[in-house]
Amino acid sequence: MGLSEAARIQPARRRLVELLLGGGVLSSIAAFVYPVLRYLIPPPVPDLGGDEVVASKVADMKPSSSKVFRFGTRPALLLMTAEGEYRALSAVCTHLSCTVQYRNDLHQVWCACHNGLYDLTGRNVSGPPPRPLETFQVHVRGDEIVVSRKREA
Amino acid sequence: MSLFTGVQAWLDERFHWAELIGPLKKKTVPIHKLSYWYFLGGITLFLFFIQVGTGILLLLYYRPGANEAFESVQYIMTRVQFGWLIRSIHSWAANLMIFTAFAHMFSVIFLRAYRKPRELTWLSGMILLFLAMGFGFSGYLLPWNTLAFFATKVGTEITGRVPVIGHSMMVFLRGGEEVTGATLTRFFGFHVAVLPGLTALFVLIHLGLVQYFGMSVPPGLESRWKASPGEARQMKFFPNFLLRELMAWYIALGVLGALAAILPWELGTKADPFAAAPAGIRPEWYFMFMFQTLKEIPAKLWFMDGEVVGILVFGFAGFLWLLLPFFDRLGRGRGRRLIMGAGLFALSYIIALTIYGYMAK
Repeated sequence: MGLSEAARIQPARRRLVELLLGGGVLSSIAAFVYPVLRYLIPPPVPDLGGDEVVASKVADMKPSSSKVFRFGTRPALLLMTAEGEYRALSAVCTHLSCTVQYRNDLHQVWCACHNGLYDLTGRNVSGPPPRPLETFQVHVRGDEIVVSRKREA
Repeated sequence: MSLFTGVQAWLDERFHWAELIGPLKKKTVPIHKLSYWYFLGGITLFLFFIQVGTGILLLLYYRPGANEAFESVQYIMTRVQFGWLIRSIHSWAANLMIFTAFAHMFSVIFLRAYRKPRELTWLSGMILLFLAMGFGFSGYLLPWNTLAFFATKVGTEITGRVPVIGHSMMVFLRGGEEVTGATLTRFFGFHVAVLPGLTALFVLIHLGLVQYFGMSVPPGLESRWKASPGEARQMKFFPNFLLRELMAWYIALGVLGALAAILPWELGTKADPFAAAPAGIRPEWYFMFMFQTLKEIPAKLWFMDGEVVGILVFGFAGFLWLLLPFFDRLGRGRGRRLIMGAGLFALSYIIALTIYGYMAK
């Protein structure tokens, strides 16, 4: 084997060694990093709220009053209109997820964070909210007011 | 031989001490009408030291966790001797530090200290400013009060609205889909471990670069001094400038102590994730201009949700701001005027929207 031939072959061999070494180092780094990345993602929380919740007692609600209650993992708003009708809405503002409240002086639903307003059916009326609030079904069962998610028919 | 020179000789024998601190001894600071602006970076550093000190003290009593955090801060404020003072100083120094960092940044823009060869100094400084805002955002939640809870909810929701990667970033920050005790645990970890480590690293880089390049002289003065070197005036950094800087630190400490004692930081009410956001909800003042902008953007802009447009515009503006020094040498002074204009616009926008944010209901 002449000198020139050795010089021609050697870089190929060297590249193979570099590839094996580099690949080994890279895959061991990947083996460290992958579990860490997975560790950073929080495990899912089971939604124990179900599709139905007792929002309030009938005796606790008066006309033109409201109550924020827990529906699954998020807050929701139970309203009694001046006419005595119950309404249940998601209390999570569609703008940036603050918790909304009923304003008796405006007869509207108001978000304190960025001044968003909704009417009592959940429709976004003014301010930054881009979408209406999600609405839920309300039933009175005995002395309890039960709120449930709307079933798609 | 006094003790001091003895120690010096001992160190010199082993580490060549004189050689190590040689460059520091040679460092000078230019003297001119605008020299006062050189103090701002140092004051920011001093306030950071205060944060480290008071932060460690708070750690002795603070307990992270949704059921304990508020009570432990309450305990610090009411039961621990001088606890109210330590916490107030921590809160006030945090705010003053952000303020001096912003002032330092704008002084660098208007005195054109960012120009070649100091682009990387600017970049490291901007990273430090982002880290400082990260400190503010994460620290704000730690007392687990109502204001902080909703500010965090909105702030992380904003991250969530970034297209494509937003949602996973939000879940990463919150430690789940919602702001819960898991968020508090994460923010606590960021606030006391991740951010301090990164900040220490970047402070070293930033100071190293400042040391390496020396102090910038405003360009007009610089060319005049170059033409007639006899006019150039400077003082030694050590001890002349350092003693003046120490005086500035002492004044900053006085202001801080007075603010903390006269206007102790409030704690508010404990956060309830299932209660409505109270009226008058607002973030810390240095996020106010962004908060107010998001409030003013209409719900729909063309085909996109208004807030997504706002977030993207702020993100893009922030990115351009980061690269500002690299525009300086664009076509015969055009870039320079562009940067000046951008600086003036940003400063007046921030001031105007912040004032508007506090005046508007």
